[in-house]
Amino acid sequence: MSKERILSPVKRIRAGISLPHFKGTAETETVNITPEKVFIPVVMHIGAPCKPTVKAGDKVYVGTKIADSEAPVSAPIHSSVSGTVAAVTVKELYGKPTEVIEIDSDGNMEADPSLKPFPVRSKKALVEAARLCGLVGLGGAGFPTHIKLNPPKNAKIDTLVVNAAECEPYITSDYRECMENYDDVIEAIYLIKKVFKLERVVICVEANKPKAIKKLYEMATDKRDKDDTVKLMKLPTKYPQGAEKVIIYSATGRQLPPGKLPSDVGCIVMNVTSLGTLYRFIKTGMPLVSKRITFEGTAVKKPQNVMAPIGTRVSDIIDFCGGVDDSFSKIIMGGPMMGVSVIDGEGVIEKRTNAVLVLNPSSTAPSTPCIRCGRCADKCPMGLTPANVEAASRIGDTGRYEKLNINLCMECGSCSYVCPAKRPLTQVMRLAKAELRRKKQ
Amino acid sequence: MNNMLNVSSSPHIRHEDTTSGIMMDVVIALLPATIVGCMLFGLNAAFIVCTCVISSVLFEFLWNLILKKPQSVGDFSAIVTGLLLGMNLPPKTPLWIAVIGSFAAIIVVKQMFGGLGHNFVNPAMAARIILLVSFPSYLTTYLEPFTHKIVGEQGTITSATPLAIPFETLKNGADYSLKEMFFGNKSGSIGEVSAMLLILGGLYLIIRKVIKPIIPVSFIGTVAVMTYLFYGFDLRITAFYLLSGGLFLGAIFMATDYVTSPTTDLGKLVFGIGCGLITFAIRKWGSLPEGVSYSIIIMNILVPHINKLTARRPFGVKGVKENG
Repeated sequence: MSKERILSPVKRIRAGISLPHFKGTAETETVNITPEKVFIPVVMHIGAPCKPTVKAGDKVYVGTKIADSEAPVSAPIHSSVSGTVAAVTVKELYGKPTEVIEIDSDGNMEADPSLKPFPVRSKKALVEAARLCGLVGLGGAGFPTHIKLNPPKNAKIDTLVVNAAECEPYITSDYRECMENYDDVIEAIYLIKKVFKLERVVICVEANKPKAIKKLYEMATDKRDKDDTVKLMKLPTKYPQGAEKVIIYSATGRQLPPGKLPSDVGCIVMNVTSLGTLYRFIKTGMPLVSKRITFEGTAVKKPQNVMAPIGTRVSDIIDFCGGVDDSFSKIIMGGPMMGVSVIDGEGVIEKRTNAVLVLNPSSTAPSTPCIRCGRCADKCPMGLTPANVEAASRIGDTGRYEKLNINLCMECGSCSYVCPAKRPLTQVMRLAKAELRRKKQ
Repeated sequence: MNNMLNVSSSPHIRHEDTTSGIMMDVVIALLPATIVGCMLFGLNAAFIVCTCVISSVLFEFLWNLILKKPQSVGDFSAIVTGLLLGMNLPPKTPLWIAVIGSFAAIIVVKQMFGGLGHNFVNPAMAARIILLVSFPSYLTTYLEPFTHKIVGEQGTITSATPLAIPFETLKNGADYSLKEMFFGNKSGSIGEVSAMLLILGGLYLIIRKVIKPIIPVSFIGTVAVMTYLFYGFDLRITAFYLLSGGLFLGAIFMATDYVTSPTTDLGKLVFGIGCGLITFAIRKWGSLPEGVSYSIIIMNILVPHINKLTARRPFGVKGVKENG
C-alpha cells in the first residue's frame, strides 16, 4: 500500500494519555449467544422513553417492533428474540427503576416475516431508515442516529468522519466489526457519501490496530471511490482519541465549540458499528436487535466477543462464556475509563453497550492531598483544570463552576487516571456538572 | 454471583504513580549529590543531613499526633523537605540550627498553611532563608573541601564560596578549575557542590517523568545568558558563575517543587526565566553573594498569578482566557 494515501491527523490535541491496551480479544471470532429470556428497557438512547406497543402474551419475532415514541428525539425498540412477551414490568437497572419488556425466547431466533429490504436513494429515505432501524450512536453516546443524519437546513455538511478509533482499553467490538462486517460498513459509507454529496470521508483508526488499518485501507482505495474522496487516517494511540470533539479536530482541524453539534462544523461522525448496522437494515430490513460485546477483564476465564441480543442479562453472558473467577469484585458495563460499574449481574445489554468487564479486586491507593503537579490539567483533552474544580467543590464555591467551563467535561476519566494523589477528579466533575444543571433549572 | 460488588465512579483503572512514589524518586535523585557532599565535608555534614531528615519527619509526626490529624509521614514529603534543607546548609552548621530549620520548614511554612499541597513557598527554601537571617554568621561559614582529612573532624579551614571571589580577581586569572567545580570539588553548602550529580539526578527525574525540563533549563539558561552578557562575553567566567553557589540544586530540585511552581508549561517557562533574572540581579547588584533562594521564594509567591495568566484555553472556546 502506498504510504501517502494514509493521512496523518490534521491537528493533534495537546493532551491525551497513553493507556495499557489489553486488547486480547482482538483476534477472536464473535460467537452468537441465545439467552432464554431477555429484558429490553424502553429507553436505551438520549431522548424520550418509548411506550411499549406489545402486551404480555403477544407473540414476537426477531425484529418485531415492541416499543416506540412520537417524540422527535427517540428511537424505536425491537424484539431481539422470537418468543412470547412474558410481562411489561419495572426492573432496577443501574440503580434506577426502569420499564422493561420481558420476553421468553422460544430458542428459534426466527426473524419477523414482515421484514424486507429498505432501499435508500434520498436523504429523506436514509433518515427514515436510521429511525426505523432504531439506530443510536453505538460508540456509547446513544444519540438517535436519524437526528444526526438530519441536520438543520442551513448546515453545510461536507465531511463524514468514520470513528473506528476504539481508544478504550479492552474493547475490541468495533475492531471486530471492521474485520467481520466490512462489506456492510463500506456500503454504508458510500451510500452516505452519495446521498449527502460529501466532499470527503475520513476513516479514523488508532495506530495500534495494524490489521484494521489494512482492511480499512482497502475500503478507502475501493474502485467505487472514483474521485478519491475517501481517506484513511491513522490516529496516534492516545486516549481519548475516539471522543467526538477530539476525532473531528484530528480529522478536519475544526474545533467544535461548547454546546454545538458536529453538523455546526460541517461534520457527521459515525461509529463503524453504527454504519454496519444501518446498512444491514437497508439490505435485509433487520433493525438493531443485537450488539457485539467484548467480554473481558481480569476475572474472566475465556475472554471473547459475543453477539448478544439486546436485553440479555450480564449473568447470562457470564454463564455462556464459561464463568468468571469467584473472587471477582466489579462488573463494568463499557470500558474501564468511562464504563459504569453495576451492583449485580442483573444488568442488561443495551444498544450502546459495547463491553462487559469483570474485574478482580485491585489494590487502590488511598486519596492523599493534591500536590498541584498539574497532570490533570496537562492531560485534559478539553483544556480544563480539574484540580481547580475539585478545590472549588471542596469549599462549596459553585459560582466558580461556569468560569471553569466544567460543561466542556466529557468525563473521559483522564484526570483521575493520571492523578498521583488518587483524587476522585472525574467524579467531582460529574457532581459539579449535575450541581450546575440543578442551579440552572 | 453472591459477591458484594464494588461500585465506584469511573475510571476503573488508575496509573501506578503515587505521591509517595514521586517523593521517593526525588530522594533517589538527590542521594548521589548528598553522599558526595558528605564525603567532601566529612562526618559532620552527614550528621547535619541526617538531623534535618529525622527532625523533619519527627515534626511532621508530632504535628499530626498532637492535632489529631491523619498521619501523613507515609507520603515521604517530609523526608524530601528534610533532605533538601540539609543539602542547603553549610557543612559547619551546628545541629541545633538544623533542628530549628526543620521546625521552620515543616511546622511554620508547611503545616501552619495547611500541610502538603497548601504551602505557598518551598518549605526547605524558606527555612534556609529564615536561618540565614537569624544566624547569618553560621550560615555563611563554608569549609574548604576535605577539611576533615587535613585537620580532623573537629577542625576548621574556612573558605569563601566561589561566588564571593570578586569579579576583578576572576578576570585577572584566579586559580580555579572548571572541571573540578563541575565534579564538586569546591566549597559550598553540603548538597550543592556536585553539579554533575545534580544534573544526573535531574535527568533521572525527567526520564521518570516526575518533572519536566522546562524550569531547570529556562532558569539555568537565563542565568547563563545574563552572565555572558554582563560579564564581558566570557564563556569561562559564565561557566564559573553557573557552577558556583546553589544554582543547579535550586533550579533542578527546589524550583521544580510541584506545590510551589506553575502547573502550565507556559507558566513554568515564565517561572524559570523569572527565577533566572532575579538570581542574576541579586548576584550582580545585590549585597548578597547568592540569590537562588530568594529568587525561588519570590517567584513562588507569584505562582497563583502565573497560573491564572497562562491557563490553557478551553477547547473550542474563543477569546476567553479565563480558566481558573
